[in-house]
Amino acid sequence: MAGSENSSLSKPRWLLAELTYSCPLQCPYCSNPLDYAGLGNELSTEEWKRVLSEARALGAVQLGLSGGEPLTRRDLAEIVAHARQLGYYTNLITSGYGLDEARIAELKTAGLDHIQVSIQSPEKLLNDKLAGTESFEHKLDVARWVKQHGYPMVLCVVIHRQNIHQMQQILEMAEALGADYLELANTQYYGWALLNRDQLLPTREQFAEAEAIAQSYKEKVKGRMKIYYVVPDYYEDRPKACMNGWGTTFLTIAPDGMALPCHAARELPGLACPNVRDSSVREIWYESAAFNRFRGYGWMKEPCRSCPEKEKDFGGCRCQAYLITGDMTDADPVCSKSPHHHRVTEAIASAHDSTADKPLVFRNSKNSKALTG
Amino acid sequence: MTLQSDTLLEISPLLRLQWEEAQQRHVMLYPEGMIELNDTAAAILELCDGTHNLTSIVEKLEQKYEASGIEPDVREMLESALNNGWIRELVAQ
Ligand code: SF4
Ligand code: SF4
Repeated sequence: MAGSENSSLSKPRWLLAELTYSCPLQCPYCSNPLDYAGLGNELSTEEWKRVLSEARALGAVQLGLSGGEPLTRRDLAEIVAHARQLGYYTNLITSGYGLDEARIAELKTAGLDHIQVSIQSPEKLLNDKLAGTESFEHKLDVARWVKQHGYPMVLCVVIHRQNIHQMQQILEMAEALGADYLELANTQYYGWALLNRDQLLPTREQFAEAEAIAQSYKEKVKGRMKIYYVVPDYYEDRPKACMNGWGTTFLTIAPDGMALPCHAARELPGLACPNVRDSSVREIWYESAAFNRFRGYGWMKEPCRSCPEKEKDFGGCRCQAYLITGDMTDADPVCSKSPHHHRVTEAIASAHDSTADKPLVFRNSKNSKALTG
Repeated sequence: MTLQSDTLLEISPLLRLQWEEAQQRHVMLYPEGMIELNDTAAAILELCDGTHNLTSIVEKLEQKYEASGIEPDVREMLESALNNGWIRELVAQ
């Protein structure tokens, strides 16, 4: 029951439904957990519909359908239709792999609002190498079809050291494809990306150069294509305002039904993220210990506790704090005030010194099982 | 961009205008984002349905709110909506 103690809490606006961990691609920067291959059964169609209905009733309005590759769910159109009927704005976040015109049309009829297609590189060789699958021409076709079928077209390119030198070509490709939005997503180091950080993290100079190119292109395509730039937080002095504050705005549901307040919250020790198979979305959002754990400022230690900037960045990302310092209540070590900030500078140095022949570990079930038993 | 008084206006097909019960307000939805609208902005944008122009939007709103002289405010709002790509001018076929 919703008691009055809940009235001060904000409602989830964003529901990210990770429909599946299946994916035909193998991106080494994937943010899925390393042990994804051993996680439990995927939610059924009926379970997803229930989750969507419950979250919508709480006030969620933006819905991201992602994964893994959401297209591998045969019931995708059914889920989309249910979401649209509830009044969600539905975003399909896909690699495009396996999408044909018939399915694009089917999803449109079901009420899908927008398709975001990700491309690894504007160059076939590198795209196919990073995806671990021959997929380049197909992705370009998909991007064109998306546009032809009247969807807003968002092209997403994840940026890292293997493709950052191609910034100019990335921008030209997006413009040539008629993208309405281009998302230049600097890699965030969780999951597989963290494992491959030495091979993925660019140098400060590479970032500065790429950003300057993107900025000047922004002027050129003003009014036609919007460019979003996800900042490379390792090179910032202050952390990102992760998830706009823990348990304030975003709700992620993993393929096995686990409800996550942040990207890698599943790994946080003792947090015990709740599962939609055991509780309603309302109970999870308002009452679960996990979603309440880092709400507000009471959990903070120094330097965050007495910091005048805490309302701006909420101390940064809890998962990143844990992954780098081992303590999830620490300041995000990206912050220059963090006593652990040197770990971030050391990570940068280590990436800088790493030899080119250390291989990338690709995201696939074989590696997942080998790494996590 | 200056707006002609007689050009028909419509919401950009890239966006969706919708009433949100949970927030008790109108919002504009677009890929991975949302703009929360105040009542005035929502009342103006709701009339951008492809059958109204600046003049008729002003007329309707002046009737509805029993106001007068609101043209400059409405124009300013619509011009900024146009510049932001929220609405577009309907080109005669
Ligand atoms: S990042 Fe790559 S491997 Fe991971 S889910 Fe997306 S397409 Fe698949
Ligand atoms: S000390 Fe904490 S609250 Fe202050 S800026 Fe750094 S991370 Fe943010």
